[in-house]
Amino acid sequence: MSLGRHVDPEDIIHHLESVRPLSKSTNNKPHHLTPYSTPYASQQDIPKYEIPPEGAPSDTVYSMINNELDLDGRPNLNLASFVGTYLDPNAHKLFTSNLSKNLADNDEYPALLSLSERCVSILANLWGASKSEHAIGSPTVGSSEAIHLAGLSLKRRWQAKMKAQGKNIHEPGPNIIMGSNAQVALLKFARYFEVEARTVPVSERSNHCLDPELVRERVDENTIGVFVILGSTYTGHYEPVERVCEVLDEIQRERGWDVHVHVDAASGGFVAPFTLAGAGQKWNFEQPRVKSINVSGHKYGLVTPGIGWIVWRDEKYLSEELIFELHYLGGTEKSYTLNFSRPGAQVVVQYYNLIHLGFGGYKEIMENCLANARVLSRGLEETGWYTCVSDIHRPVVKGSSGVAGKIKVAAETFTGGSDGGKEKEEEEQEKETSAGYTPGLPVVSFRFTDKFRKEFPHIKQEDVSLLLRARQWIIPNYALPPDEDKTEILRVVIRESMSFDLLDRLVTDIVQVTEQLIDHDEVDLSIMRKQGGRRRPNRKTGKGKKQDKDDQKDESVRERAGEEVKRLAGGIHRSVC
Amino acid sequence: MVHLSTIPDENQAINGKLADGIKKAHLQLVNDDDSFTTSVYGSRFAARDLPKHEMPEAEMSRDVAYRLIKDHLSLDGNPILNLASFVTTYMEEEAEKLMVESFSKNFIDYEEYPQSADIQNRCVSMIGRLFHAPTGVEEEVGAVGTSCVGSSEAIMLAVLAMKRRWKNKRIEEGKAYDRPNIVMSSAVQVCWEKAARYFEVEEKLVYCTEERYVIDPEETVNLVDENTIGICAILGTTYTGEYEDVKAVNDLLTKKGLNTPIHVDAASGGFVVPFVVPDLEWDFRLEHVVSINVSGHKYGLVYPGVGWVVWRSAEYLPQELVFNINYLGADQASFTLNFSKGASQVIGQYYQLIRLGKHGYRAIMSNLTRTANYLSDSLAALGFIIMSKKSGEGLPLVAFRLQPQEDRNYDEFALAHQLRVRGWVVPAYTMAPNTKNLKMLRVVVREDFTRNRCDSLITDIKQSQQLLEQMDRESIKKQQEFIHKHNTSSGKATHNHPKFRREKHSIQGKTGKTHAIC
Repeated sequence: MSLGRHVDPEDIIHHLESVRPLSKSTNNKPHHLTPYSTPYASQQDIPKYEIPPEGAPSDTVYSMINNELDLDGRPNLNLASFVGTYLDPNAHKLFTSNLSKNLADNDEYPALLSLSERCVSILANLWGASKSEHAIGSPTVGSSEAIHLAGLSLKRRWQAKMKAQGKNIHEPGPNIIMGSNAQVALLKFARYFEVEARTVPVSERSNHCLDPELVRERVDENTIGVFVILGSTYTGHYEPVERVCEVLDEIQRERGWDVHVHVDAASGGFVAPFTLAGAGQKWNFEQPRVKSINVSGHKYGLVTPGIGWIVWRDEKYLSEELIFELHYLGGTEKSYTLNFSRPGAQVVVQYYNLIHLGFGGYKEIMENCLANARVLSRGLEETGWYTCVSDIHRPVVKGSSGVAGKIKVAAETFTGGSDGGKEKEEEEQEKETSAGYTPGLPVVSFRFTDKFRKEFPHIKQEDVSLLLRARQWIIPNYALPPDEDKTEILRVVIRESMSFDLLDRLVTDIVQVTEQLIDHDEVDLSIMRKQGGRRRPNRKTGKGKKQDKDDQKDESVRERAGEEVKRLAGGIHRSVC
Repeated sequence: MVHLSTIPDENQAINGKLADGIKKAHLQLVNDDDSFTTSVYGSRFAARDLPKHEMPEAEMSRDVAYRLIKDHLSLDGNPILNLASFVTTYMEEEAEKLMVESFSKNFIDYEEYPQSADIQNRCVSMIGRLFHAPTGVEEEVGAVGTSCVGSSEAIMLAVLAMKRRWKNKRIEEGKAYDRPNIVMSSAVQVCWEKAARYFEVEEKLVYCTEERYVIDPEETVNLVDENTIGICAILGTTYTGEYEDVKAVNDLLTKKGLNTPIHVDAASGGFVVPFVVPDLEWDFRLEHVVSINVSGHKYGLVYPGVGWVVWRSAEYLPQELVFNINYLGADQASFTLNFSKGASQVIGQYYQLIRLGKHGYRAIMSNLTRTANYLSDSLAALGFIIMSKKSGEGLPLVAFRLQPQEDRNYDEFALAHQLRVRGWVVPAYTMAPNTKNLKMLRVVVREDFTRNRCDSLITDIKQSQQLLEQMDRESIKKQQEFIHKHNTSSGKATHNHPKFRREKHSIQGKTGKTHAIC
């Protein structure tokens, strides 16, 4: 039997350095054959914390950085993120040739500006902006900026109203209502702009998202608005915009408080309008109470990161004092943004996607995503080990409500008429669409069944995530938002690039991993948890080096033991984007 | 052995292969839906307008969509001739390649892209050291910093941090905290006004005069009261590029025993001063400077979309503003207004920092300073009054105006319009308030503005001036209107909403100062 000894990798590197000292000289030879014949290839450390006194040849620096970036993950296997990772070759070309354009420089890049206007206009029309009102909107870096802008505008409107009524705007101060499943950007808005965040607890009854009845209890005259999320990031359920609006209508009738709604459609804004399942309700500008909507172009808008959109239904909902004018050679430009100079390439690609794909193209892609999500959900439930918390694979109960009826009609028109027959049914099976299923984002959230947990109490969901990581899949394990944070879910986001073939592999891998876990006993698992290392950035915290090391050790032991899944109540937000 | 083969004539070729029936059924249809065309310009899309307001129902093939958008974009200006902007328009091919390869990476996704995140940390460290930030990882000692989309975000974060820290202190002392104010120059960039307005902080302005285009340290410190969350000092104002005297403000604060924090807006100067005038004390060497921002996409030599902000220590960054974000078990502290964004620019910044090194940056900035000196001397010889500083006492830009003369028919704006006809974008500005509506022209000397192009600019300025001299007041006015309408893009803009036109709440709305672009 061999005895193992703990090996500290840092010691080894240190030792190596003393054997063959790293060259401190920065005198790079100007002539070299390949990047690998320069000192950076072997003797010299790549500068990490200080600008080197002398530079280095461009090809050397390129290959050094490029090689290092190979350690980054594979975007397509990251099933934790909504963010787009694929561009078709032409979109890629457009992106590259517009990389250096500054979206803020409207005088220099007028054509770029006109594309961004067209996108705003197209989105406003897509979301049912009324012809009698003047919709207004802006591109943003992402949905976070859009949410800050929407919230700020709500706050200003409330302040103006209170001031006009001669009421105090500091005590007790404004508040905003959102579900506790809200993305961190919504909470950030409240914190940074000093608005009290009234988070509404979620429950199974409310589909793990905003509960309209609880909104009623929380509204008062200092409520600047309600954030309703179209597509909860936890389970993909659409929050009931229509019901929330009804509740707010009742409140206005009873108490006279006119509370506006902002719809955070970061993920759903490009899904709901195109899918046959729709959103199951009126969620957009057709709903008079919805004053603004934001969407992330880099999620289901199919662009790479760095683009979001915000649209107000009418210019009057945008407080004038928030707008700044910029003068150029005689002309002026209005702006309402938190960022100024920023790249414009994403706007070009967004426009490209909109006109290249058209309504039909987006519809096909979104239907495919939902179909794949249904396949995965069914596959997982089939095993008997897992049950889905998301509902997109569950048919709407027929005749239960008007919505379902409408959906059925839509399904029939899509499949081309209602002359039934068995043949037709078979065909329908083949071309199955999302019509008739519960509307939602193409997200699959699943957990162990109660039976499974009773049978194998020592297996933790965290382990599934950990073992899949070893097979390169990134599938996070989360606790649901507060009040339901006893429940943990594994979540898979189906993006356009998640093809059927890849899905097949994924189901197989999940099944194999679960079987592997069943075959192991508790002792094996605890060893695995300790060894299942995670890649993590080498970040500097504000703590002492030694203490930091200890801390990390503690932390990692705790985490790897799967003892603690971080919960929102503990002040830790999940990064979902 | 050689095979001899015959060359069949057309009839033989067809008859030999096809059955008679098929030959007869030869269809001659016009391909109406032209899914296949000879070229993009033969398709029906070329004869139609691009969809502007509503999503098209049907798809468009990708090469058509690509070509039509590309053609539309060719109406954009030529960045080489744009002397109004500080923003980088040139990068090496290798840098571009790196950036293109990583534009699909989501910067905020630390777990998926740990290496990109690590690269950000290295950049923060390098830039912090460049600004003489206190180092060390002990709690409350070492500097902390982050990357941003640009200096606007950086400034908003810095204002937010100063405001919250002030508020916490006031709450602790049991004093009122509803009237915060910030002291800054009237020559600030528009994002400072935005930050003050959006976060509800009162602006206390230090006005410029006809002779002085920067803040007066004495006056600045006199404006400080118990409700002052901080002082903003600009390292390189956007009008004349002059550096504000941060050291004097700092020393006055010390002398008066005040503890007001200073934020240095080094958006443009942060990558110039450390290389050209390393001895100028403006950064963390001064005890009251608590935070500094710099734009990577200006003299940091990266394409737009990156800025940096560094705080002296974690103490200046109130805990409640920092969100701890958990991603797959790894906690990340983050302080940003934006969330998902591309990683390209940060990688581009790291490339530039290690590719050029201090030596490379110094060489580039020295060249820019020389070009600016040359341009400045030449314009002085042409009879202009030079308002910017030379030889490294200010940013590499040249601000100039005409000699005050009673009988001249044209002003700076007319000259700017005339230059526009020749393709040059040289902006004319109305200076900060209280300078008697002083007008000026500004040329920003960027990395790609070489001596050679500088000469062509000087020639064109001279010729434009000669042309204007010959015209009378009336025709100049007509000419200017014509140019504005037909040669500038903003003159042609139709998208500006009438409701928000001529706002009255900013310094520009109140005094007629121009918000300079960056």
